[in-house]
Amino acid sequence: MQIYLPIAEVSVNAFLLFGLGGLVGMLSGLFGVGGGFLITPLLFFIGIPPTVAVATGANQVVASSVSGVLAHIKRRTVDFRMGVVLLAGGLLGSALGIWVFNLLSRLGQIDLVVQLSYVVFLGLIGLLMLQESLRALRRARKGPAAPIKRHQHIWVHKLPLKMKFRTSGLYISVAPPLLVGVLVGVLAAIMGVGGGFIMVPAMIYLLGMPTKVVIGTSLFQIIFVTGFTTFMHAWTNQSVDLMLAMMLIIGGVVGAQIGTRIGAKLRAEQLRILLALLVLLVCLKLGIDLLIEPGELYSISAVGGA
Amino acid sequence: MIRLLAFLLLLPAFAHASEEVVAGLSHSEISITANFDGSDILIYGAVKREEPIPGGPPLEVIVTVEGPSTPIMVRRKSRTFGIWVNTAGVEVDRAPSFYAVATTGPLNEILSQTEDLRQKISVPQMIRSVGAPQEIADSPAFTEALIRIREGNGLYSLKEGSVALEEATLFRTDIDLPANLVEGNYLTRIFLLRDKLVIAKHEAFIDVRKVGLERWLYDLANGQPMIYGILALVLAALAGWLASTAFRLLRNG
Repeated sequence: MQIYLPIAEVSVNAFLLFGLGGLVGMLSGLFGVGGGFLITPLLFFIGIPPTVAVATGANQVVASSVSGVLAHIKRRTVDFRMGVVLLAGGLLGSALGIWVFNLLSRLGQIDLVVQLSYVVFLGLIGLLMLQESLRALRRARKGPAAPIKRHQHIWVHKLPLKMKFRTSGLYISVAPPLLVGVLVGVLAAIMGVGGGFIMVPAMIYLLGMPTKVVIGTSLFQIIFVTGFTTFMHAWTNQSVDLMLAMMLIIGGVVGAQIGTRIGAKLRAEQLRILLALLVLLVCLKLGIDLLIEPGELYSISAVGGA
Repeated sequence: MIRLLAFLLLLPAFAHASEEVVAGLSHSEISITANFDGSDILIYGAVKREEPIPGGPPLEVIVTVEGPSTPIMVRRKSRTFGIWVNTAGVEVDRAPSFYAVATTGPLNEILSQTEDLRQKISVPQMIRSVGAPQEIADSPAFTEALIRIREGNGLYSLKEGSVALEEATLFRTDIDLPANLVEGNYLTRIFLLRDKLVIAKHEAFIDVRKVGLERWLYDLANGQPMIYGILALVLAALAGWLASTAFRLLRNG
């Protein structure tokens, strides 16, 4: 069944879109990532114009995150206070990111910057996570390991403006979460991602939050950052395709629920290894695409846009 | 005597004018709806003449359908620091979003170059690229790439021999309109040719419009982008909440 997308002005198979949404929604529920880092490149691949793919991808992430976060709220695994601090940074970053995005589109370099950002961030994060989760798994295999030290004092803990985050059991400066938020906001706007794949590791390794609350909190923050991003893209470049978004969302929310159920049955270490491998896989594919000579050296776009 | 001479001089022109196109389209309006999957239009017609079919070179027919034109940016990648980056760009001033040419025979055998220039019939004639930046020496390569990419997308086509002509009088052809169609007025032109020259021409418009939900969404996105943005968020949040609730009920029930 083909469906015509009014903003993208292309016709695509509706079941393909449901499938894409479902797959990405499942990952979202499983790992607490919005799935934008998969959906945006996949939309490019099926012929959706880049600006529409980024903006609509952000909109789909809103829905799958809402669907995912509700389950976490019930299980009390959302640190709202941390979420709000991350969010404050996120909104700032997103506004900055939209501005950069529109500038790069005019220069014709948006595709490259998006791809490079993916390769750099996914590569870095993926390797860090893989290393860390393999170590954790080895520790777990050796039987009852020494309890993990909770209050390690690193530079993060020496900063001023400390705040108590009860759900996470942390008493740290608001500066690091604020900065993480800004970075994620910029990426959300430029890459059409929620930024979960950056935020989840940053929360675990940089902020020292317990893994249990990381996913719920990440989802909570992602809802608002991607929501803001969607709105800004809709307002400034009319690039959100609601028809496309609804197709992806219907698939996505169902997938997210399935993902959350599977996630509750798996162990955190295994989950992290899976996410790390997935992140590295996407990174590798995008990296190779940049290195090998493209079949068509030329590309066409509307004047002034991407 | 002078009158006779004048008559003889006018005769060829008169003979040409005596053949006219009478044409029709299977539909003059194409509605883009939610399940629009491309369309094809049948363009048919007849040659109307007061006299018997003139001798000499056979009658040929060319049909073109042209979508709305816009300026286009064509960019080229080259290897920079080991990766492929857009390094050059040429702005094409005007290129139709869709262009199809159907003919009764090979284009270069039925149409002279000067006539192509005058009537702008072949695909390259439709693309106007005036000024390429100074540093780009090979700007025609950009125009060629534009044509190549759009041909690949089914947006530009030249189908030689796809116009069926019966008894030098009745003709018909089908033009495929792809799914990735832009809305607007599509100009349809029908040319009658003899001896590589156009002897008669007929023009008609096909109105391609989004309708229903597609129309509504498009208008809202462009006319009221703030409301559209809010709608997008409300729908997304609602869908997320609905799914979560539905699954909870399913699990508990």
